Amino acid sequence: MSAPRKWLYVTGVLVLCAWVLVPIYLIGLGAMGGRMAVFKWPKSLAPTEASFTALAAFLKIEGVWNAALNSLIAASLTMLFSILLGAPAGYALARFSFRGQSAFRLLVLLTRAFPLAILALPLTVIFIKVGLYDTPLGVSLIHTALALPFAALVTSSLFMGIPREYEEAAWVFGCTRWQAFRKVVLPLALPGIAAAAIFAFVISWNEVFAASVLTVRERTLTAYLLAVLSESPLHYRFAGGFILIVPSVLFIFAVRKYLFAMWGVSSK
Amino acid sequence: MPQPRWLPYLLIAPSVAFLAAFFLVPLGQTILLSFDGGQGLSLANYARMVGDLNFPTALRNTFALVIVVIPLQVALALVMGLMLQKMTRGRELVLWIWTIPLGVSDLAAGLVWLAILQDSGYLNTLLFQFGLISGPTAYLNSETPIALFFAVVLAEVWRATAIVLIILVAGIQLIPKEFGEAADIFGASPWTKFRKITLPLLKPSLQSALILRTVLAFEVFAVVYALGGRNFPIIVGEAYTWQNENQNYGVAAAYAVLVMAISLAATVIYLKALRVDPEAQA
Repeated sequence: MSAPRKWLYVTGVLVLCAWVLVPIYLIGLGAMGGRMAVFKWPKSLAPTEASFTALAAFLKIEGVWNAALNSLIAASLTMLFSILLGAPAGYALARFSFRGQSAFRLLVLLTRAFPLAILALPLTVIFIKVGLYDTPLGVSLIHTALALPFAALVTSSLFMGIPREYEEAAWVFGCTRWQAFRKVVLPLALPGIAAAAIFAFVISWNEVFAASVLTVRERTLTAYLLAVLSESPLHYRFAGGFILIVPSVLFIFAVRKYLFAMWGVSSK
Repeated sequence: MPQPRWLPYLLIAPSVAFLAAFFLVPLGQTILLSFDGGQGLSLANYARMVGDLNFPTALRNTFALVIVVIPLQVALALVMGLMLQKMTRGRELVLWIWTIPLGVSDLAAGLVWLAILQDSGYLNTLLFQFGLISGPTAYLNSETPIALFFAVVLAEVWRATAIVLIILVAGIQLIPKEFGEAADIFGASPWTKFRKITLPLLKPSLQSALILRTVLAFEVFAVVYALGGRNFPIIVGEAYTWQNENQNYGVAAAYAVLVMAISLAATVIYLKALRVDPEAQA
């Protein structure tokens, strides 16, 4: 590359990095600054008066802790359900050819062509009847419907990446199918499965619409923020937004190695 | 080892049962609910939906967002993907930074841009320092629908380009290096290489990215609420209002069916328009 072109290229990369990072930094400032900073004019771009007291004050508001806890429970359950249900399906897709396989694949792919969160609307009626309405468990069920197809496709690509011969070798040495799976395949697949699980967690942690429709008192953090959005002061909104973002950034860091493996195959 | 024929069925049974219960059944129910007129089937809910004051605005706003946001995202993601392809040092770090928004909730993304675009926010501070405005200025209310529209576009492009990027980069990685090398030997320009090699071979990835993003874009909701409240009606926002505030599940369901019909139509259009021949997909 010639010097001016190289310069242009490096600048482009840096500008795009700033495009992602600067807004997060700014909401961080908004969240840390508290009430005074929100109305300050003109604003300073340096963290002159940043403190955690504003964030701590946000967490003390009635209902915020409970909402954060509900989000945590719903997201953990979603993670558990989508892996427990999705991983066996992924293994079946990767290792067996069976009648109905393409129908199953179609079912999984079909879920992607639908705005699934919208399906929470009729579920309110059923959930009220069976006592699942307004519980983190109820929320996690619809979130699992969002994350499960993804978990099945991702784990299937993981299992396909582990040579069948490893398993066959274990059988030769007298392992049963289950033992071979547990001792040979599972340890190799585990990091990828963990990445898929974290992804399911993030899907649930971030989801707004279904959580808002399915809860009233036991809101998740997103549903809580949406409900109080119009009447809460700006600095509370920024604190809420910032608290929503922090775990997601860490999660994406944790799964960064697997992002492509996951999407590369599941996008076919 | 002989395969028991029932084993794969046992393995997929739990997820089939789950998707039947939480995808197919509610899907059917939404449709039924939308045609439920109290006594028997009727189009009353649809009539109320279409007759609602906010309906034409919501429809127009949602489509306008999709039409503006998606091409921007695909173009930006392509540029980013090609930049990554060239990168030798620091690729991992840049990739991580660029994919951070993937983990950011649409609600949080709306709030992020609210911090920047609110009356006394950072954008106005910047404009003030350049002497372009004299004091805090409002962009995000019902009197400034166009500014509000672009605020939503900014937030959506910021938040959801990462998913397009990941799908495209995964696709770029699948393109054999030899193709580019061969093109170099024949003296192809970078632009020709992009048009004749990269773009055609990226078709399957582009198709997936477009389908996924379009479906999600028609669902846009929390970003808009965080930025403009009810000042910028959109389809899913109307469904939420009818369900939660008006407690009218029938009209909410009609909106849901509308969103699903549009998503499905968009999917079919992409599948037809970007037909991928089976060999390229392997």
